[in-house]
Amino acid sequence: MITIRDLSVKYKTRRGEILALNKVNISMDTRELYTVIGPSGCGKSTLLHVLSGILTDFEGSVLIDGKGIDPRNQRIGLVLQNYGLLPWKTVYQNVVLGLKIKQGRAELDDYGSWLLKQLGIEDLLHRYPRELSGGQQQRVALARAFMMKPDLLLMDEPFSALDAITREEVQELFLKAWHQNPVNTVFVTHSVDEALYLGRKIAVFSPSPGRILEVVDNPCFNQDNLRSRNDYYIEMSSYLRNLLTRG
Amino acid sequence: MQSKESWRGAFCSLAVVLVAWWLISWIIRLPIVPSPVDVFINIGQDFFTKMENHVLYSLGRIFGGIGLSIIIGVPLGYLMGTYERVNRLLSPLVYFTYPVPKLALLPVVMLLFGLGEASKLIMIVLIVVFQIIVSSRDAVVNIPPEIFRSLQSMGASRIQMLTEIILPATLPEVLTATRLALGTAVSILFFTETFGTEFGMGYFIMDAWLRVDYLDMYGGIVVLSLMGFLLFTLIDVAEKRLSPWR
Repeated sequence: MITIRDLSVKYKTRRGEILALNKVNISMDTRELYTVIGPSGCGKSTLLHVLSGILTDFEGSVLIDGKGIDPRNQRIGLVLQNYGLLPWKTVYQNVVLGLKIKQGRAELDDYGSWLLKQLGIEDLLHRYPRELSGGQQQRVALARAFMMKPDLLLMDEPFSALDAITREEVQELFLKAWHQNPVNTVFVTHSVDEALYLGRKIAVFSPSPGRILEVVDNPCFNQDNLRSRNDYYIEMSSYLRNLLTRG
Repeated sequence: MQSKESWRGAFCSLAVVLVAWWLISWIIRLPIVPSPVDVFINIGQDFFTKMENHVLYSLGRIFGGIGLSIIIGVPLGYLMGTYERVNRLLSPLVYFTYPVPKLALLPVVMLLFGLGEASKLIMIVLIVVFQIIVSSRDAVVNIPPEIFRSLQSMGASRIQMLTEIILPATLPEVLTATRLALGTAVSILFFTETFGTEFGMGYFIMDAWLRVDYLDMYGGIVVLSLMGFLLFTLIDVAEKRLSPWR
């Protein structure tokens, strides 16, 4: 359970303060997949930085299961748009990095091996990130995040740099891994389609300074062949697009 | 210097230098430019009787000087790169002292630390440490923030940030700085070894010059450059080994 009360974040720049998030309120249920959608610059990424413990200078309260955010006590998986892999580590070393930091030792258990196989990277373990394609790197980043069995999974537009076909592939892999281990997830995206495909609930942000306009239950989630069906889908996507344009 | 091709390149360039040298000696025909053949024969005869000890002294001073510079310079550079405050405090100091012609300080250093090994090491460190500080600071500053973020969100400690990110990320730059420092160190070494010592290649070359023994003098110069070549190759090999990801 994530409880956010009156969260405001200001950035200091040379021209003065900029309000990135303006009194955001939301409660996110455990084992839920939230997509967060909004125009660029609306503070979506700022929200993730707060939740991941990178940004600590904010007003309001953010609680995970009743406790303040502390990456040392909580297991937080973060997947970034540019993958965030360490170029000097092999795929294997990257994948077990979270375990190494959390537990001091890094060994693959059954779940770990299953995950590598599921994501199709079990043959790449000895390569370095620069020897991989974008899609492969992103699958490694997914494996690293799921591997540590996080309490909270944060995704910052993770698939937006991939080409359309690879993106759909990786989205499906992500859903598979998520269903195996349904962890509380906040998935930031700027694509309405991605929000509909991946989000059980969709939080819609206003333009800057970001507020939450509405949290929508997504009837499209977990529908088979969503991409080829159009009844719900068209209705929902036009609803979301309306919300976004009205601001 | 790992692949066959780079070795072939090294031999070709060596051959060009030797042929040019031989041509000049053949045209000038003066004892001040002896033929490379004579010089190499002389090295073969003298190396283990006359030169070996001098080579070891010089190598020891280079390793000592560069080692000390790394031990002092890298942590300082890391601190400056990581903490903006430290950087604001120290970088003016570094920029101010970096361009001071430190060879001019040799008499002062010798007066304070004596004519022995200490002042020779201090001279090398004084000149070389700055480029190591600046390179390692810049290397830390250039690490993309996302790389720190993903570890921060995993709850990594400062030590883990150092061992998992900063050390491996900056190693190639630190080795490059060491490579640059090496060239400088060898030339400073030559200068400092002409004072207050009877050991080292610098002494050997100057002594041969004063004795008008040109074969020994050129032999010393050749051995000194081979020493440099060997050290550079050593760093190249180390880089390949330590940073296979590049």
